Amino acid sequence: MSAAAPVPSLNLARSRKGPKRRSWLAVPAMAAVTLLAGCGGGSGPDAGSPAAGASSSAAGAVSGTVTVFAAASLTESFGTLGKQFEAAHPGVMVRFDFAASSALAESISQSAPADVFASASTKDMDSVVKSGDAGAPKTFAKNVMEIAVPADNPAGVTDVADLAKPGLKLAVCQQQVPCGATAQQVFDKAKITVKPVTLGADVKAVLTAVRLGEVDAGVVYKTDVDAAGTKVKGIEIPAEENASTSYPIATLGKAPNAAAARAFVDYVLSTDGTKVLTEAGFASP
Amino acid sequence: MTTALRDRDRLASGGRAGRRGAPWPLAVPAALALGFLLLPLAGLLIRAPWRSLRSLLSDPLVWQALRLSLVTASLATALSLLIGVPLAWVLARSRFRGLSLLRALVTLPLVLPPVVGGVALLLAFGRRGIVGRYLDAWFGVTIPFTTAAVVLAETFVALPFLVISVEGALRAADPRYEEASASLGADRWTTFRRVTLPLVAPSVLAGSVLCWARALGEFGATITFAGNFPGTTQTMPIAVYLALESDPDAAIALSLVLLVVSVVVLVSLRDRILRTGTGT
Repeated sequence: MSAAAPVPSLNLARSRKGPKRRSWLAVPAMAAVTLLAGCGGGSGPDAGSPAAGASSSAAGAVSGTVTVFAAASLTESFGTLGKQFEAAHPGVMVRFDFAASSALAESISQSAPADVFASASTKDMDSVVKSGDAGAPKTFAKNVMEIAVPADNPAGVTDVADLAKPGLKLAVCQQQVPCGATAQQVFDKAKITVKPVTLGADVKAVLTAVRLGEVDAGVVYKTDVDAAGTKVKGIEIPAEENASTSYPIATLGKAPNAAAARAFVDYVLSTDGTKVLTEAGFASP
Repeated sequence: MTTALRDRDRLASGGRAGRRGAPWPLAVPAALALGFLLLPLAGLLIRAPWRSLRSLLSDPLVWQALRLSLVTASLATALSLLIGVPLAWVLARSRFRGLSLLRALVTLPLVLPPVVGGVALLLAFGRRGIVGRYLDAWFGVTIPFTTAAVVLAETFVALPFLVISVEGALRAADPRYEEASASLGADRWTTFRRVTLPLVAPSVLAGSVLCWARALGEFGATITFAGNFPGTTQTMPIAVYLALESDPDAAIALSLVLLVVSVVVLVSLRDRILRTGTGT
């Protein structure tokens, strides 16, 4: 049976990896070195501005490990945030699980031992809140969709309407994942019907397909295109055709480390946190 | 030698007592192993949403995924037979430098995480892959995200099971039959067809069943290389995995279907597998 099969693609991303390390090689590398992932510290290229320790108030009050379940699209920004949070709170270690928000919400309902949930949609957060697993969520960011194409744009995609062209190989997230639902809103607004060749389990799976040049285009978040660097070219979707999704964050009811969970949420909502998110391309809520 | 004989004597004398049951150092771990293997399956059966099963399974997507799984696993097994039996023969009968290295490489997909296999397939047969780019440029053929990609991914991980099984049988087979055939004037191809193949047929069957079962359960290489789209590349394991994210009951229902199919196939072939199990 396949139950024990490794989780596909970039869901394996755990731990504190610097954004630059997520090259296209990251897929095999991560699969191969999952065991090493736990010690993937250091070498974060832009761990710059280590919060200067100035603003964050409750330093020293919290300790231990805080486990953060975060949407796949937060991989880079939360990676940076995690490092800054650790610098501001010596003795605390942040552990991330990045995956599709819907998958994380389901894990939480199966009582996965997490402290914080940061979702890429209010829908998945609501389901967690409704089952009594999370406190009052706060929206900390917004994201819009963007078309990602391989650097050489083999199919010559220029706008949303091009995505419906016959023969074009398109990747989108599957419907139950926030990026899939938001992409569908874009298609609805443009009144087009697309025929994707694959439905990604999360936004990073779609981005990987674009990055490897296996598809002509993918619909991902603006922030994912920004984080992907030169391997991927972004084609912006005009505001009137675009759709956005909100990112709520909350501490979890069964958080093993409630104090650190609150501190992390506060940090994300702080000016330092907002700065990192804005730099990554997120819009303020 | 003498100790071995003594052991055998002791075993023989204690045989009557021993026949009543396994000694506890064997019985206890054996029971643990059995429980470990069966409890998760029991969990699946106990937690199954029996009441809503009918409505969960009435979704045409389920049968689409099951059909795709059965078809691709069978095609992967056919492909494995076509190229795997000849490979097993070469590994078992040839003598050349680097043979042992080759044998190790053939079994590599057994130990490789399937996701890595999927990435490797992309780098070879993907649109920008070392072979795939020419397929695209010369013939306009792209493999990823097609049903063919599912078959290739399944073959990649399942083929070694067949090769190992058949190679073992070929090595164990008595060479005198082949020598007799040759001495009677048959060429090597005729000998292979008329003597060797019938000789190892049970192992070929056992290997095929293993290969088919592995292909049916394939997940990691498939989702990496072939992606996920209902009807073309969404096999049962992928459907189970993705359903788990949104609707655990549906995932359990899908798992039940896969379980039933696997059990039916394995039980119906059990006798043949058991008979040849010692040969390999």
